[in-house]
Amino acid sequence: MIPNSSVPASNPSAVARSIRKSLLRMVHHANASHVGGGLSIADVLAHLYGGVLRVDPSRPNDPERDRLILSKGHTAAALYATLAERGFFPSEWLDHYGEEHSPLTGHTNHLVPGVDASTGALGHGLSLGCGIALAMQRDRRPARAFVVLSDGELDEGSTWEAALFAGHHQLEGLIAIVDYNQIQSFGNVCEILDLEPLADKWRAFRWQVVEIDGHDHDQIAGALARLPAKAGSPTVILARTVKGKGVSFMEGELLWHYRSPDGAQLERALRELDDSP
Amino acid sequence: MNIGKSIGLELGQSTRFAFGEELAALGDVFPTLVVVDGDVGNSTRTEVFGKKYPERFFNAGIAESNMVSMAAGLALSGHISVASSFAAFLTCNAYDQIRMGVGFPHANVKLVGSHCGISIGEDGPSQMGIEDLALMSSIPQMVVLAPCDGVSTRALTRKMLEYVGPVYMRTGRPDVPVIYKDGAAALEIGTANRVREGKDATIIACGLMVAIALEAAAELAKRGVECRVLDMHTVKPIDRAAIVAAARETGAIVTAEEHLLDGGLGSAVARVVTEEAPCKMAFVGVRDTYAESGKPEELLAKYGLTTAEVVAAVERAKR
Ligand SMILES: [Mg+2]
Repeated sequence: MIPNSSVPASNPSAVARSIRKSLLRMVHHANASHVGGGLSIADVLAHLYGGVLRVDPSRPNDPERDRLILSKGHTAAALYATLAERGFFPSEWLDHYGEEHSPLTGHTNHLVPGVDASTGALGHGLSLGCGIALAMQRDRRPARAFVVLSDGELDEGSTWEAALFAGHHQLEGLIAIVDYNQIQSFGNVCEILDLEPLADKWRAFRWQVVEIDGHDHDQIAGALARLPAKAGSPTVILARTVKGKGVSFMEGELLWHYRSPDGAQLERALRELDDSP
Repeated sequence: MNIGKSIGLELGQSTRFAFGEELAALGDVFPTLVVVDGDVGNSTRTEVFGKKYPERFFNAGIAESNMVSMAAGLALSGHISVASSFAAFLTCNAYDQIRMGVGFPHANVKLVGSHCGISIGEDGPSQMGIEDLALMSSIPQMVVLAPCDGVSTRALTRKMLEYVGPVYMRTGRPDVPVIYKDGAAALEIGTANRVREGKDATIIACGLMVAIALEAAAELAKRGVECRVLDMHTVKPIDRAAIVAAARETGAIVTAEEHLLDGGLGSAVARVVTEEAPCKMAFVGVRDTYAESGKPEELLAKYGLTTAEVVAAVERAKR
């Protein structure tokens, strides 16, 4: 049983801690993978759902809502924990993550209230976001499309097809956030397919680039408060993050892309999070 | 094109031209309709819509994967979206995007692939869509359409836009004979249309092969074999009742398609026959090969998509 959280949404640091704790319990319970990438994006998700996204949990299908595509669909547990935190569905649902008959499938599932698109095959999210932003631009509607990308999925060519399109069509309602945690499935990003100079690449595709520390709450809040970063351009926020952030023995460790914490590891991780400032 | 001449069929529009004109004609009927194209709008004929409704038409560039997911994003935002390119590039390049962005969420996206089959001719095998029916049939709940002439293409274009959910429609390059000279407004998605009556065997065809099937039926009639011919314009969901009736009432079924024999019309019909009403069958289609460049009718002859082949297949199935 994952206890209900009663953290006020106004404190993103506390919300992020709660997301991390739920995420760890879910991944442990389901014996699932990808806890590291969930921990790295938790702070950004806490801010997005803590007041940046114009969404209403009582009207999850409001046509005028902002959309969020978690293109790195393997970290669905972090998004589910965030949505439960925000009140899109009862937090008891989190207890059944990855189980049969639960809508909370291992990778992001559009059948879950508050989830805008199914993902899990990498390299699709930015294109979905392009379509949404294009529709809103054409229809002169204010809704925005946020897309959370992993660094690893920047290997996918389709991501750059979308980047090219968005830059050309000046989709200022499209905001990409790269969870730049430096690790992908098989090792370090810089050793597998180095993305650097990454900011230059986005600029060359006519995007406005904002670089932040993806765990610094002031920097996250600052970047998300000024969107689009430049009128007439899509914005990309390159969030430098640490895979496994918040749990000392998971930080920067490729192992936790795959491994599920056992009972003792879970207890230790939760204790560390409770003790953190 | 000489197909259909021997039985008095008149040459009409290509299915891609009919689609393009009808799409543009329906722009006011479907005000939420938007169209994206993979920089081949002059070939797929979506440019007709683009010229009439420039604010509702987007050229995605030569980037089919992005185009399909964008179409899904447009559908998520309340639009009916049509995404179009050559059948080969649309269904092969963007298959993963179709699966995740269109199929799984049951998005209201209409995929239209032109230049299907080998009758595109001189441009050669890289441009030929001969696996599109198999690929699109393998997407759960995808409707798969393969109209046979310009008239029925127009009717099915409207039905496709009325239907809520994912649809794939293939269109062809060459002008083709008119099958529905009296109109096709009565066609319904999922219901085969009997274009010739007969009691001795049934030829189930789609696309260009319907005209060839009718020629074969005329030839067989001279030999005393009366064939029923079904225009199976909807490959999925396949009209099970029409197939079962054909098996029970005529005792032999031949399928004919401008597609690989793997996973297309013939496979779908065979499954129904095997499950519900086993009878002898024979199959006409592209046999486990890529084609080459050439004149459309020469290619059809070389790869066995001819009247004579359909006649021979009926005789095999009757044996
Ligand atoms: Mg990573």
